[in-house]
Amino acid sequence: MSAQLQVDTQSPTGREHSAVSAFVRIENVTKKFGDFAAVDTVSLDIYQGEIFCLLGGSGSGKTTLLRMLAGFETPTAGKIYIDGQDMSTIPPYERRVNMMFQSYALFPHMTVEKNVAFGLEQEKLSRQQIRARVGEILEIVKMGSFLGRKPHQLSGGQRQRVALARALVKRPKLLLLDEPLAALDRKLREHTQFELINIQKRLGVTFIVVTHDQEEAMTLSSRMGVMNHGKIAQVGTPAAIYESPATKFVADFIGSVNMFEGRVLEEGAGRIQSDELGCVVAVDRKLNCARGATVWTAVRPEKINMTRTLEEQHGLRENVVRGRVTEIAYMGDVSIYLVQIDSGKTVRVTLPNIMRDAEHRIARDETVYLSWHGSSPVVLTE
Amino acid sequence: MAQLDNRAGRRLVAGIPLFWLLLFFFIPFVIVLKISFSEVRLAMPPYAPLFQWVQGVPTPKLHFGNYAFLFTDPLYVSSYLYSLKVAAVSTICCLLIGYPMAYAIAHAGPTWRNVLLMMIVLPFWTSFLLRVYAWIGLLKNNGVINNVLIYLGIIHEPLPLLQSDFAVYIGIVYSYLPFMILPLYANLEKHDNTLLEAAADLGANPMTAFMRITLPQSVPGIIAGSLLVFIPAVGEYVVPSLLGRTDQLMIGRVLSDEFFENRDWPVASSVAILILLALVIPIMLFQHFQRRELEVQK
Repeated sequence: MSAQLQVDTQSPTGREHSAVSAFVRIENVTKKFGDFAAVDTVSLDIYQGEIFCLLGGSGSGKTTLLRMLAGFETPTAGKIYIDGQDMSTIPPYERRVNMMFQSYALFPHMTVEKNVAFGLEQEKLSRQQIRARVGEILEIVKMGSFLGRKPHQLSGGQRQRVALARALVKRPKLLLLDEPLAALDRKLREHTQFELINIQKRLGVTFIVVTHDQEEAMTLSSRMGVMNHGKIAQVGTPAAIYESPATKFVADFIGSVNMFEGRVLEEGAGRIQSDELGCVVAVDRKLNCARGATVWTAVRPEKINMTRTLEEQHGLRENVVRGRVTEIAYMGDVSIYLVQIDSGKTVRVTLPNIMRDAEHRIARDETVYLSWHGSSPVVLTE
Repeated sequence: MAQLDNRAGRRLVAGIPLFWLLLFFFIPFVIVLKISFSEVRLAMPPYAPLFQWVQGVPTPKLHFGNYAFLFTDPLYVSSYLYSLKVAAVSTICCLLIGYPMAYAIAHAGPTWRNVLLMMIVLPFWTSFLLRVYAWIGLLKNNGVINNVLIYLGIIHEPLPLLQSDFAVYIGIVYSYLPFMILPLYANLEKHDNTLLEAAADLGANPMTAFMRITLPQSVPGIIAGSLLVFIPAVGEYVVPSLLGRTDQLMIGRVLSDEFFENRDWPVASSVAILILLALVIPIMLFQHFQRRELEVQK
């Protein structure tokens, strides 16, 4: 585990925010359903103006955590503070928090206008005020011309916008989004991601987004928390989590990764002997584990260099293995190569398709040399 | 070919209930309609034939006297109005009692839900007549209720519970409550709970959320249940005969008296036709529009 990341996971107060107090503070929160702990002693700080993504597979507890913030579930143990206020006894309808539901949960018997106005009517605003604010927010989500439609007369993307407008019209300080883009097709999803970010910047609302889609989390979030089995595995910026995963789980969950078991040869010079890889892995930094300790080196597929001859590898001895290409998947922008190295293990390599013609590309069954820079591998102990 | 088979199969499936309705609803209806336009006479059958041979041509001889008679004798008008009142009040009572019950069942856990539903249906296992008779035993002057009240010293003279409007309401509400609860349950059980969460999230307290989300969405269930109670309650015969007043008859009783006591089939038939016209046709139209509305919403 690298030093910077330890700060992030152990104490929720990250470096850049240490001066600001947390807007949402989750303190040792546990939620049990029977004997099963859906959320297990989670502590997390979220700051004003952030887009914070909770990323995890199904059953990781991310949605339960979100529902506790909205007030639909009460923590079995621990406390949640929003804007300094203890939320333990506050029912959902008295929280200045709004949620966008995964199913959108639009009221089917009401028009778009009525749906969006519903929240404002609960605040006992005047009719003119309600109309003005509904009109304003529907303009922002570009649904101004659909006031009279019922939800069943809208497309999936339009429903998503109405749901967003309905949640935002109350001007919440905190907006919870449960898989906001899951029901949209791929093109629309990409487009909407950027729109969400724009709206968030414009209105200055703090977003907490739950998603199982790592791409979505990476694009949207300013910081993200990876959840696994009810616990937070790692918190950090998307880049920090991708480039410096703290655990094997995180490395494997975010993006694809080649993972090799090995033993530490020299902790000072950063040398690891990996039998699984059949070579010595040299890392250009000090390792903080004892000599002989079992560690895993993780190398991202795009950080591996693949050449036909050893000379092209600048005569490196370490961080080089030989193998044979067994499978090629052409993805358009990149190609994914599966290379069986001499030790028998299969390594995944992605290369950008810089040339249009296939002539110079490495073909299946060719013998290749794989190498990587000393800064590329991440050394993991757990 | 497969499609043709499919279409034929669909016609068959739709055709069976259609045939059933034709045979056991429409044809009897036409017969009753025919009798209602005939003149009564002491014969077998006790009415004059509708068509008479005039110079070798069958000529209908319509007799509107039966209908005119219904409006001239106050017995019929007051019975109609009384029946509508009893049915309306009973329907409202069933709704007020049945809605919370259906709501509770729909929100109970899966095990409890089945037990509760079973308990709703269980009274059907004994005869309807027996259950209404049982109410006589409860309501009569030296019945269970009066005896208990006197024993407790709350009253000294037995309350005249039986043969009152109150007894009729009790009998009808008791008998028809399941018909209100079951369609309401079927509706409420399908409600999406996230809509209520969304309402709460937008600041609606549970009462507001119920009034603005649950109630409007349960309207089809309320209508279905109300129709299932109201329609049979208007023509109810057993309950008012056993528990009801003797000075004010319900229209079902009038109908049966005309048929069996007076043997005036034409008048009885016109009573029946008027019930049908006054109730079933508006209700059918209403249901038709309601269904169209629902299809649009889906």
